[in-house]
Formats: sequence, structure tokens, C-alpha cells
Amino acid sequence: MALISRLALTFGLIVAGSAQAVTEQDVVRTYTDIAHATFEDSLFSARALSSSLDKLIQHPSATNHEAAKQAWKLARVPYQQSEVFRFGNANVDEWEGQLNAWPLDEGLIDYVDQDDYEAELGNIGANANLIANTSLQLGSETLDIETLTPELLASLNELGGSEANVATGYHAIEFLLWGQDLNGTQAGAGNRPHTDYALGDACTNNHCDRRRNYLKATAQLLVSDLENMVQQWAPNQADNYRQELLSIPPKAAMTRMLFGMGSLALGELAGERLKVSLEANSPEDEHDCFSDNTHNSHFYDALGIQNIYQGEYRRSSGTLVKGASLSDLVEAKNSALNSQVHISLRRAQLSLQALVDSAERSEQPEKFDQLIAEGNHEGEALINRAIESLVLETEQLELAARALGIDNLSPDNADHDF
Amino acid sequence: MTIFKTSLMGLKLCCLSSLFSLSFADDTRVKATGHNAFSRPVANMPIRQRLDFSVGNSFFRNPWVASPSSTKARDGLGPLFNTNACQNCHIKDGRGHAPNSNSDNAVSMLVRLSIDSQRALKADQANHVDPHYGGQLQDFSLPGIPPEGKIDIHYDQLEVELNGGEIVQLRQPNINVTRLGYGPLHPKIKFSARIAPPMIGLGLLEAIDARRLQQLADPQDHNGDGISGKLNLVWDLKSQALKPGRFGWKAGQPSLLQQNAAAFNGDMGITSALFRRENCRSAQPECIQSAKRYRDEKPEVAPHLLQQVTFYSRNLAVPKRRAASDPVVVKGEQLFQQINCNGCHTESHTTASNYQHPWLANQNIKPYTDLLLHDMGERLADNAQEFLADGREWRTPPLWGIGLTKAVGGVEAYLHDGRAQSLQEAIVWHGGEAENSRDQYVQLSKNDRRALLKFLKDL
Repeated sequence: MALISRLALTFGLIVAGSAQAVTEQDVVRTYTDIAHATFEDSLFSARALSSSLDKLIQHPSATNHEAAKQAWKLARVPYQQSEVFRFGNANVDEWEGQLNAWPLDEGLIDYVDQDDYEAELGNIGANANLIANTSLQLGSETLDIETLTPELLASLNELGGSEANVATGYHAIEFLLWGQDLNGTQAGAGNRPHTDYALGDACTNNHCDRRRNYLKATAQLLVSDLENMVQQWAPNQADNYRQELLSIPPKAAMTRMLFGMGSLALGELAGERLKVSLEANSPEDEHDCFSDNTHNSHFYDALGIQNIYQGEYRRSSGTLVKGASLSDLVEAKNSALNSQVHISLRRAQLSLQALVDSAERSEQPEKFDQLIAEGNHEGEALINRAIESLVLETEQLELAARALGIDNLSPDNADHDF
Repeated sequence: MTIFKTSLMGLKLCCLSSLFSLSFADDTRVKATGHNAFSRPVANMPIRQRLDFSVGNSFFRNPWVASPSSTKARDGLGPLFNTNACQNCHIKDGRGHAPNSNSDNAVSMLVRLSIDSQRALKADQANHVDPHYGGQLQDFSLPGIPPEGKIDIHYDQLEVELNGGEIVQLRQPNINVTRLGYGPLHPKIKFSARIAPPMIGLGLLEAIDARRLQQLADPQDHNGDGISGKLNLVWDLKSQALKPGRFGWKAGQPSLLQQNAAAFNGDMGITSALFRRENCRSAQPECIQSAKRYRDEKPEVAPHLLQQVTFYSRNLAVPKRRAASDPVVVKGEQLFQQINCNGCHTESHTTASNYQHPWLANQNIKPYTDLLLHDMGERLADNAQEFLADGREWRTPPLWGIGLTKAVGGVEAYLHDGRAQSLQEAIVWHGGEAENSRDQYVQLSKNDRRALLKFLKDL
């Protein structure tokens, strides 16, 4: 096999196609290797995003603004592939809200067009505008928000108990780069001018200095959060989550793996992110609504599931991380079923690729928020095909779990509900 | 902007999505104990239906907004309303609670209005309502429209001594309405405060054959056990006929579809195929004007979305018991039967074989309710009629999942107005047909009372 990378050798991965029978423990180890690589890529790309943001802050220009947007989109590629680790692994699920919570009442963060802003009724943070204010009145309490630090912003998440108050993470940065998408289900994403970060009199929409500080603080938090998660999956470390997962019975670890894959495919992706958006016909339910990057977000979410089943992950650098897989185990039990699972994974990727193609074709592209518009029958059909393929994929994953002797697919995480 | 009290604790950012577990189960119950214990779909639901559950969940959880808005599917809130999302009152799909003080807005509790009158009721009327305010006080409104009033609640403290000297503190609520927006209330007004009930297992209750409920009913107490049990008969809008009532504190609604449509209309000001008119009265011109301005021939909640919310409400799973074989729990269960709590809190039923969701059909369930109306005595009386239910009668509420009340909602609030802050208080409040069981409970030794409570906590 020519493709064994140095990295793969370092991790001691098993070469696919080897005659040696894989063990369940090998499969769990591959899972932790892929998790480590995926989170490490997320970290690297978040650092790249952070330096693009620094450039924008230091030299606010249209070019640097565009470069920062591109860096954000690149950072989403590995991060979305990491979402499959969120379900089933309580530590990832508890950690991820600070990085990826949505939908958000963006008036918490910055100025909004009130005519086109639908905040949660009664959300005390809905119009807090942290960028424009140096103190925040909450009932009888006054909060000092003069200095925008990563810690302060993290503490403002879920302000007043409302989940719509999201001060940090990818979607906060997305809003700070793109601004509100005022186009409803028509073409066009958010259109924030780069001069929102300009120095001196060139500043538009006021408080550019605080906006720059905000962006920097939330990028810092993103990077440090990812550093922590990389440590949790790093090899050769005592007391991290990787060690925990490798020390529990492999069946229990595989239950977490498969639960995560099924939950993401069915409940989250097919349900919350595709079917709910389609039924509501509302960009308010769109995942990456400021940037209109939702198609990629969905595509890489699903790719993360395939990565786990096949035991391989293509890193941002192009290197392939590969090892013993669920597929190998199922193949040994029931080769026909393994083929069916592979087909269902492929079909799901193709159906999500169709959303990507629609969004990125050069002639009259249609983004996800246009596909969900009321009366867009072609859009509806495209999305329904994606939903259907994810349902079929989940059915196959259930059969695969059963073939591996896992009859109860609820992860044993004591008091954690996903 | 009006401020709603948000009392959810330990919220997790982002959405709950654990709509996936192997669907090989033939039991509907789930293993769940935490904050989200009431939010799971029934365990044996076919995988494809999980998507309808997701959609229903989204429309149950997310706030509705005023018209006009770009979120067409979720607009139409008001003009008058109690809250803007189902979840605000059914906290984490569990129950609501009474406000702790008058500075709290009564988000998860509402007040029904009715008046004493000798006039005959039409078949579709539950009772006579206030001429200016209707049958429910809406304490929120869209900008420019006066809210109907503010719920004013204060408590008288009572003490009851149990066998062995243990003292139970009770609070007796007194309801008043202040800051009236539309002139005085009718002189014979009756207030009935109601907290939101938990959402689990409702489809299974709907699936119990009406004949079974009729068999359990004993309105004349022919068997002489001091417990009558009456099946409410209420107006069914879909069939335009009287049907057995099952849902609501007085069993005033015949089906989950109608219950949900009534809540959309009464609690959030949202019209549907069943309730086509906004809840404005002729004395409320601003309300009528506002409703006219945004009138659309389409109902504000689209029929397919009402169906999906109804689907959701039918399919929330009841958590499994945690320690059914614990000796103290077993002892408590025996005591529960011994003092005849199960005279009304009927342990088990089998659901009908022809229920519209096959996975809920033919299920042996243990809800601990007969769904019948019982006289609960003067102290719990709200003196308000609701179809056949008189002012002292209440429907036996199910007890399944009751032990997880605090884990789910953070606080305990039992009985129709949430006055009881513990299960023991709730038991001691029982009167009327339950007086005998209540007195026996009071006479139990402290250890036996603890055992009975431990049994309830295990449900």
C-alpha cells in the first residue's frame, strides 16, 4: 500500500486489506485516531482563521475581509466532520455549545436591522448589542462589559437563560464577518461592509474598535477550546478521554460510536437541519444562515459519519488517516450487509453533493435558503432526497450495529442526555 | 419589551437531538433520568417517524412571532396571549408551576374564567364565560393592545399534623386579577388557576378504548366504595358531537388534536383549522382591529404543522421506573393499594388495537389514572364548571414519571394550580372522594409514609 503516511505509521495503524483479522479494540483505536486528526485539523484551521482575522483587524480592507471569510469556510470543513463525535461522547457534547451553538439572536452581539430581525420574544439579551455598550443592565444588576475578553464572552452565552444568546463560536464569528442575511429566501448572503472594522473616521456602523476586540476575543476562545479538545484525543497521554474510551469494553465504545453516527444522520441532520427548515420554509432555521454556507456544513457533517464507518479520514493536508474499521468488522460477519451500508453512505454523500452543486454552480446558483422557499418544488425534492438517503443510511447503520451484537444503542453515559 | 421569566436551569446550548436509538424495542418506555427525561420519543417508534417527531418538537419548542414576519410558518402570535411557545409552560416537556411571588410573570400557569349563571348551556359550551374577557385571562399582548390583566396570587399558610407529630406546611392560593385592561370582570366571576401538565405518554392515554373508561365509571357509586368516577362528555369540534373528555385538568378536551389547537388559540392567539377566530371579545376593539389587519384566509398554524405538533404530543415517552424491586418501593406500592389510592389512580390499562399509531396500540401501560372525574372536596374546588365536571370535580391525573418532576423542571408543583410543593403536600390536599385515602395516609407511620412516597418517586 503506497498510501501509508508517516502519520499513519506513527499511530501504528493497521493497513487496510491486510489478512489479519481486526479486533473491536483496533476499531475503537482508529476512531480515537480519526477524532484526534479531525480536531487537530479543526484547530489548525481555526488558527489560520484567527490570523486572517488579525490581518483584517490590523488592515481592514476588502481583500482581507474576503480572505477572512474564506478562512472561516475552510475552518468549517474539518469542524463539521467532527460533529459525529459530539453525540455519544458526553465530553464533546458538553463542550461544543460554546463553539457551534445556533440559531442565535444576533442583536446580542452587534447592530441589526430591526425590520428584519426576529428575536425570541422576552429574550433579555436580544438587543443587548455587546459591541455598542460597555455595561449591561440585567434587572437590578449592572454588568461591566468594558473589556471584551474570551472569558467574559463565554460567560454571556445563554444570558438570562435563553439559548438564543450565543456570544461565541463559529456562528458568532460568521455573523461578525457576513452580518445579517437580509435576503430572506431570495439570493444573497449577509453583506457586512469591511469598513465595519475600519480605523478612525472610515468606521461604519460605529464602535469599530470594540467590534475588532470582540472578533479577536471570540477567535481566541475558539482556538483555546479546540486546543483543549485535541488534548482529550491525543495519544500517549494519561487521563484523557481517549484513554477512557480505550479502557472501557470495546462494545460500549462502539455503542457510543454508532449512536453518534445515527443521531447525527437522523435526528440532527435529516430532522433538525433539513426537514425542520423545509417545513418552516424559513431561513431562521438555516444552519449557516449569515454566510449561506449551509450546503457545505451539511455535506461535511455527513462525511464525518462515513469517515467513522470506513475508518478513514482525509486530513486537510491531504494525508489519509486509515485503520481498522466498523466496515471490516461487519464485512467479517455479513459481507452483503457491509456492501449495503457502503451503498447507503455513498448515496447520502451524493444526495448532499447535489445541495452543494446547486449552491455552487456558476449559472443561477441556488443556496440552501432558496431551496427551502415555499413553492420551490425542485428545492423541496432535492432536500427530500437528502432526507430519505439519510434515513436509509440510519437504517443500515442500525442493522450493522445489530450484526456487531449491539442491541441497545443508547450510550451508557449515566446522566448525560444528548 | 415584555420580559418572560425563563426558569430553565442547566440549559445546554444547541438543540437536543437524541432521536436515535435502536428501534427493536416493543415497549414504548425509555431509560431516562435527567433534565431531558421527558423529551424522548417512544422507544419503539419506526425510524421514519422520528422526522415528524423532530418537526413537531421544533414547532413545540421554538417561539412564535407576531405577523407579519418572514417566518411565515411560525407567525401569528397574539393579539392576546399567555406565552409565545408551548415549551415555556410545558418546561422541558414537563409541568409548569405557580409563580413564586407576584413579581414573577405567570408564564407556566394561566387562569380560566367562568361565571355562575342559570342560563342553559349549548352543547358546545363548557361553561359561561366572562362577557368582556372570555374564558381565559391573557396576560400578554402585542404592542399597542392592552393585556387583559395581571394575575395576582397570594398564599395563606396552613399546617397539618400527621401521625407521629410530623407537620406539613400547606399553601392555599388566593387568586385575584389586577390591572384589568377592559373594565370590570363579571360580578360572579370564578377564577381557576391551571399549571401546564407534563407531556409524556399522552398518545397512550388517547389510545385507551372509551369503553374501558365507561366500564371504570361509577357515577352513582353503585359499588358503595365512596368513589364515584364520572366520564366527562365534551364537544368534539371535528365530529360536531359529544365525546368522552380525556385531556386537561377537568378532562375538557376529547383528543390531543383539539387540546393542542385549543392551546394554540387560547394560550398563544394562534388560529387553526379547528379554531378559526382569534380570541378577541367584542369589548376588545384593538384586538379585533389587529386581528383584521393581518387576517389571512389560511389558519396561522398550518394544518400539517398542527398535525406534526400533535404527533409530537402523542409520542413523548414515559421513562422506565428506576428501582421497582427495591424493598421499600415494593412496600410503598403495597401501601398505595392498601389505602386505596388506586381507587382512582388505576394502575394499568391495555391500549386499543386500532389506534392510529400502531406502535402505541396493544400496549400494556401503567399510567395510574382512570381519566375520570372525581369530587375532590371543598378545599380543592375552583367552583368552575367544564361540561359535566362541576366545581369540585377534577380528572385523576396520571402519575407515571411523577418521580422525575424535579429532575426535569427544577421545581415541584403538583395539583391543578401547583399549590403543592411536594408529593406529600399533594396527598394531604386530597379531599372529597379521596378523603378516606388521605386520612389513612395521615394515620400511617412515618416509615410507611416514606415508603409510599418512595414508591411515587420511583414512578
